[in-house]
Amino acid sequence: MTAETLLSQQKAAIAEVLEAYPEKARKSREKHLGVDAPEGVKGACDSTKSNKQTVPGVMSQRGCAYAGSKGVVWGPIKDMIHISHGPIGCGQYSRAGRRNYYVGTTGVDTYVTMNFSTDYQEKDIVFGGDKKLKAALAEIDELFPLNNGISIQSECPIGLIGDDIQAVAKAYKKESGKPTVAVSCEGFRGVSQSLGHHIANDVIRDEVLGDNSYKKDFESTPYDVTIIGDYNIGGDAWSSRILLEEMGLRVIAQWSGDATYKEMTIAPKAKINLLHCYRSMNYVVRHMEQEFGVPWMEYNFFGPTKTTESLRKIAAFFDESIQAKTEAVIAKYTKMTDAVIAKYKPKLAGKTVMLYVGGLRPRHVIGAYEDLGMEVIGTGYEFGHGDDYKRTKEELSRATLIYDDVNEYELEQFVKKLKPDLVASGVKEKYVFQKMGLPFRQMHSWDYSGPYHGYDAFAIFAKDMDLAMNSPVWAHTKAPWESN
Amino acid sequence: MSELRQIAFYGKGGIGKSTTSQNTLAAMAHYFGKKILIVGCDPKADSTRLILHEKAQCTIMQLASEVGTVEDLELEDVCKPGAAEFDPANTDITEGFIMCAESGGPEPGVGCAGRGVITAINFLEEEGAYDEDLDFVSYDVLGDVVCGGFAMPIREGKAQEIYIVMSGEMMAMYAANNISKGILKYANTGGVRLAGLICNARMTDREYDLAKHLAEQIGTQLIHFVPRSNHVQRAELRRMTVVEFAEKSDQAYEYRELARKIIANDLKVIPKPLEMDDLEALLMEFGLEEEVEADAIGKKATA
Repeated sequence: MTAETLLSQQKAAIAEVLEAYPEKARKSREKHLGVDAPEGVKGACDSTKSNKQTVPGVMSQRGCAYAGSKGVVWGPIKDMIHISHGPIGCGQYSRAGRRNYYVGTTGVDTYVTMNFSTDYQEKDIVFGGDKKLKAALAEIDELFPLNNGISIQSECPIGLIGDDIQAVAKAYKKESGKPTVAVSCEGFRGVSQSLGHHIANDVIRDEVLGDNSYKKDFESTPYDVTIIGDYNIGGDAWSSRILLEEMGLRVIAQWSGDATYKEMTIAPKAKINLLHCYRSMNYVVRHMEQEFGVPWMEYNFFGPTKTTESLRKIAAFFDESIQAKTEAVIAKYTKMTDAVIAKYKPKLAGKTVMLYVGGLRPRHVIGAYEDLGMEVIGTGYEFGHGDDYKRTKEELSRATLIYDDVNEYELEQFVKKLKPDLVASGVKEKYVFQKMGLPFRQMHSWDYSGPYHGYDAFAIFAKDMDLAMNSPVWAHTKAPWESN
Repeated sequence: MSELRQIAFYGKGGIGKSTTSQNTLAAMAHYFGKKILIVGCDPKADSTRLILHEKAQCTIMQLASEVGTVEDLELEDVCKPGAAEFDPANTDITEGFIMCAESGGPEPGVGCAGRGVITAINFLEEEGAYDEDLDFVSYDVLGDVVCGGFAMPIREGKAQEIYIVMSGEMMAMYAANNISKGILKYANTGGVRLAGLICNARMTDREYDLAKHLAEQIGTQLIHFVPRSNHVQRAELRRMTVVEFAEKSDQAYEYRELARKIIANDLKVIPKPLEMDDLEALLMEFGLEEEVEADAIGKKATA
């Protein structure tokens, strides 16, 4: 397809989608949709409106502030217990769904896949639940004495009835001597999970980074780094960490996949904070820069091209010995990734992809697809902000449809118009597109696969995309009476 | 027997709502043999104190909290017969009786009292508290309609007649107007109507005229002007209603008259609440507010 045909197809798709809306919804939605290309100064990546309220009545893929705090930022910290304060549903339905891998004995010294809740009843709403929360905290310490702290994750009703969870946490912390933090991440706050990330970051700033007890015994080396904004989905942080260690760096903390409370408190001791998911953790690295003078750098470990680029960028911050080792690491893995590309590229080259995910993936995974010769023709963020879209521009290789907070109807129409060979999005979209006879990859938790970060993981990524797209099942999606 | 009428008393906090409603309902039972259920919708649970001759001991929410959930409660646990002549078993003075239930709720500053009201009213309905041989169900609702919970009694299928207790003071009139707005909101979705203002006199200047005028402006009636009397307080200190304490007093007759008018009342309207400017103009007209030049608003007093 020529560049012009693609561009005009994309523009036509937007016009057609908007036509179906009543005027008010059209006015709102047209600001969230657009086309951008690598050439040209101002495109959709500059102008797209984002982080705005979802149009009521459409099916949104967004989460809530509680999801952002409990599900994303706090939940994976493995040696703390995160109690969902409120009715049972929020805790139970967000339990263990994100595949944040960790090492430890669940229920003894680690607790990520367990669900702790105060299980609010009607009487707790009417009379307030502070007493129940206090009893739950004491119960946690009695039953799980090896926990290294408790975080209280507030559900909606807490904010409505005004329970003073901050006071309960403060009193309990004094009593138990253990970190006890209250996070007011009520789901109705903000327009998406994004505010939950911010609230969670602020509490980490105040309560975790403010804890100096482990900092004084910490012995620094010149090569201390952190991995921030990696949630170790399917083991992502582990396959990232080995590369940094082979380069000669020492990873003193990884946030928050497979993280411990203690390693989070010493993060300000790092020489540089390496930030993967900018959207969910930029707040706290900016704080560490201001407060502790720790610089930070974004990197991208999806696909060999971006990984190599990122490794060199990180190495440039350190001395020549690190840089030399980095080149050796790159050389070692490139042989392997070249073999992966040689195997899969012939089967995948020229295939088109449409992405719709959250966090960093709408831009970060583009390079990995391109390494396989695939072409991303549409991408969008569930809960991105303007700075995410500006960063996306750099990743584009061709005219690309940009859609912010795209709803079910729009995405379905865009896919029908642009006919991509693969849709990569979340579980809510998965079966819609598979039933349309389209290959699909669930890119929130890697469709029960992964890891996808780093060189080793690229082999898995390539295999997964091949499995999805070249499965013989797609030859059988038409009913016999429909195919002629 | 006639159809069950559901009524509610609203009004500014501290206006004497609970006292007026209990004395009036007592008169309805005492003189007219009416069979009544009072549902107190106030966490303080003092809407039935004069009828029970004691503060209600077992509120619905308090008991629900003790047994675990509201579903585990029995109607008898929360619905108490009134004391002496108001007990259904006591027919010496009247065939009428008054049953008492209090929603109850949290201490000030915690939890959600509004949700408590919703839970309590749902419970009473589901348990069939209204199916008995009743003539009236009366809700006594805390202060202003501050949130959805306290609007519960005026939603569809609940109280159809609202009586607003007020006095000739500015804030009481503001509150009466605000409550009318609340009624207006639900008047079209449910069947709630404003049935009249009850002026609980503070003996301010031209109070009767003002109250009557406000009632007319809103589109309703001043159903009764209850004069001030020391009997009310004396009875209250004895945890009694006036009709029990001083049956032959003028004040008892005032409550009898109000009771008669409520029983006979057929003026039930969708209110026409006043705009703020009109309300202020009304207050100025009756000398409750001084006329203020536009450029004096927000300015300090000159020394």
